[in-house]
Amino acid sequence: MVELVWLIPALPLAGFILLLLAGNRLGEPRAGWIATAAAGASFLATLTVFIGLLSRDSENGERSYELVLFEWLPAGSLQVEAGFLLDPLSVTMALFVTGVGALIHLYSIGYMHGDPKYSKFFLYLNLFLFSMLVLVLGNNLVVTFLGWEGVGACSYFLIAFWHHRESAATAGKKAFVTNRVGDWGFMIATFAIWSALGTVTYTEIAVSPAMAAATGTAVSLLLFVAAAGKSAQLPLSVWLPDAMEGPTPVSAMVHAATMVTSGVYLLVRMNNVLTDDALLVIAVVGAATALFGALCAVAQHDIKKVLAYSTISQLGYMFLAIGSGAYVAAIFHVITHAFFKALLFLGSGSVIHGMSDEQDMRKMGALRLAMPLTAATFIVGWLAIAGVPPFAGFWSKDEILLAAWEQENIGPLLWVVGLFTALLTAYYMSRQVILVFFGDQRWEEGTHPHESTWTMTAPLCVLAGAAAIGGAINLPLVKDWLVLEHFLEPIFDHPHHFSSGTLTKIVLAVISVGAGVAGISFAVLTWFTRRIPTDRLEPEFLENAMHVDTTYARVVEGIGTSSFQGTADIDERIVDGAVNGLGKLTIRIGQLIRPAQSGYIRNYAVAVAMGALIIVVLLAWSVLL
Amino acid sequence: MEITTGWYLVLGALLFVIGGTGLLIRRNPLVMLMCVELMLNGVNLSFVAFSRTLGDIGGQTVVFFVLVVAAAEVVVGLGLVVAILRRQPGATADDLSALKG
Repeated sequence: MVELVWLIPALPLAGFILLLLAGNRLGEPRAGWIATAAAGASFLATLTVFIGLLSRDSENGERSYELVLFEWLPAGSLQVEAGFLLDPLSVTMALFVTGVGALIHLYSIGYMHGDPKYSKFFLYLNLFLFSMLVLVLGNNLVVTFLGWEGVGACSYFLIAFWHHRESAATAGKKAFVTNRVGDWGFMIATFAIWSALGTVTYTEIAVSPAMAAATGTAVSLLLFVAAAGKSAQLPLSVWLPDAMEGPTPVSAMVHAATMVTSGVYLLVRMNNVLTDDALLVIAVVGAATALFGALCAVAQHDIKKVLAYSTISQLGYMFLAIGSGAYVAAIFHVITHAFFKALLFLGSGSVIHGMSDEQDMRKMGALRLAMPLTAATFIVGWLAIAGVPPFAGFWSKDEILLAAWEQENIGPLLWVVGLFTALLTAYYMSRQVILVFFGDQRWEEGTHPHESTWTMTAPLCVLAGAAAIGGAINLPLVKDWLVLEHFLEPIFDHPHHFSSGTLTKIVLAVISVGAGVAGISFAVLTWFTRRIPTDRLEPEFLENAMHVDTTYARVVEGIGTSSFQGTADIDERIVDGAVNGLGKLTIRIGQLIRPAQSGYIRNYAVAVAMGALIIVVLLAWSVLL
Repeated sequence: MEITTGWYLVLGALLFVIGGTGLLIRRNPLVMLMCVELMLNGVNLSFVAFSRTLGDIGGQTVVFFVLVVAAAEVVVGLGLVVAILRRQPGATADDLSALKG
């Protein structure tokens, strides 16, 4: 059954082509249903392949299947094939990408109702799903890069989907340009790996000897630059909050659940290349990003912006896990985060939809009465992200905090940052839930909140179920329950094992639950019962994301613009000058010698005669001598 | 008096020089074309003379090639000259200097 792996990306591609050819003729809602069917069928194909892989023996490395489609770039010693690699990691990624993706397709049928570009939206969604699957299933870095660029382009199309709005068009461009920085890192890393190891194929990289320490660290850091671009890590995080200009299903799928995790996937895939020095950098940046995102989320008023900064923060957690060497914890958090963050985004979309496109939380409140199903599922998502047991987020976050604690050099510091972030996470999510669903009605006149249609609430319910029990795939209670860890084990050179004793683990877990409870209770005291005044809890500094954006803008406007102008001048004067100078020189020489061409036949005849005479004289000369 | 090979060579050289001089000093395109023919035939005569003296058929073979090429050249050249003269009656070679640099 594993031979069917090509079907997984082929189905969304087929949906994309169909919509490209006949999208407008199909119209609403048929175009949406076709795209959803393509995504759902892709999920079923993934399930089939997954079962096929499970039926293979987990020992002896048999759970790895490579399907080569054709030779893509046969260039001397560089041989790149277009092929798919099916192994526990890629199938895990593909499972949740297609699963969550299909649900979000279904949700979009209701959400995009009445949009003039209805079929185009689903066309982009299918193309995005195809690119994402190429990214995770590709059997070498170049195929992954193809998918990597594909999701980048689709992200741009989807953020700027309502491009008649100036802000959406700008946000699309911002995301695209910021991602180019990461793409640069990806390309240079690929070149470096090829020149150091002579291959770009994952299975061959996995068995290659280690690179020299300096090269290895450089490659790791370049890969991290790539991952930081896609996964919005500091200092490349600025594009993600702006990406919320896109339709909410896009925010859920592209900018929360799937695409932004591709950086995590890349680093986990290349785990045997990463060096210890680089891992330390990754851990520190991850922890800093987690804290940064959580702090900024505290002071946001836009319902989606809170979730956007929260996404940055959670992605920071994943990189903290990778930096601590706990790759399984990172993937675990990727999966649970996909569940609860997609749920939260779709829930916020349902709220925005019901409130007639109102996104400001200060103008909401008491919505639990108007939209009970959305409120109930949103609350499940809130409990999951806040780290309340037994919801999914608790298990994955706890594992990351444990890994951070055990980090060799600065473990306790990373743990404290992670713990504080967990407290903030619980606080800002509780604040959001209270502001949106509880308290007084603060709606504007003429707003009539209503529950959404079943195509929107059904995905919410499924995702709420997944967010509630998703932690079950990797429970640390009994060794045999670590299903995900055992499944992913063949991917890693040195599987990570927690060294702490059971007592430490329990104490750390209790402390992290305590942090969550503290965050929630503080939010209840401030925003619900209003015992503590809230006027100083939304500092302008945090609302503007610590002025990172404005600082970038100032730097680019000042030094940036002048240096770009300098480069342009060099190009104009030196590069263009050299080319134009050569042209002018040719013209001058031509002008000098053109009088030789008189146009009179007699002159040419004399020239021929003289030439003949000279040849004769020379010949005679040589004969006589 | 016996007519030796030398005579033929002298005649060939004379024809060549007459043709070359004509080409250089005359302005009538038709006459210039005839001068070129004269030069070619001067060379042909030398070829035949040498072929006869040395008993080598190669020289005569070359003459055939020259005749064929000359015929082709005359077809094109005469056609051009006649067409030009029809447009500009009495045009000299100096009038045809459109390729001046």
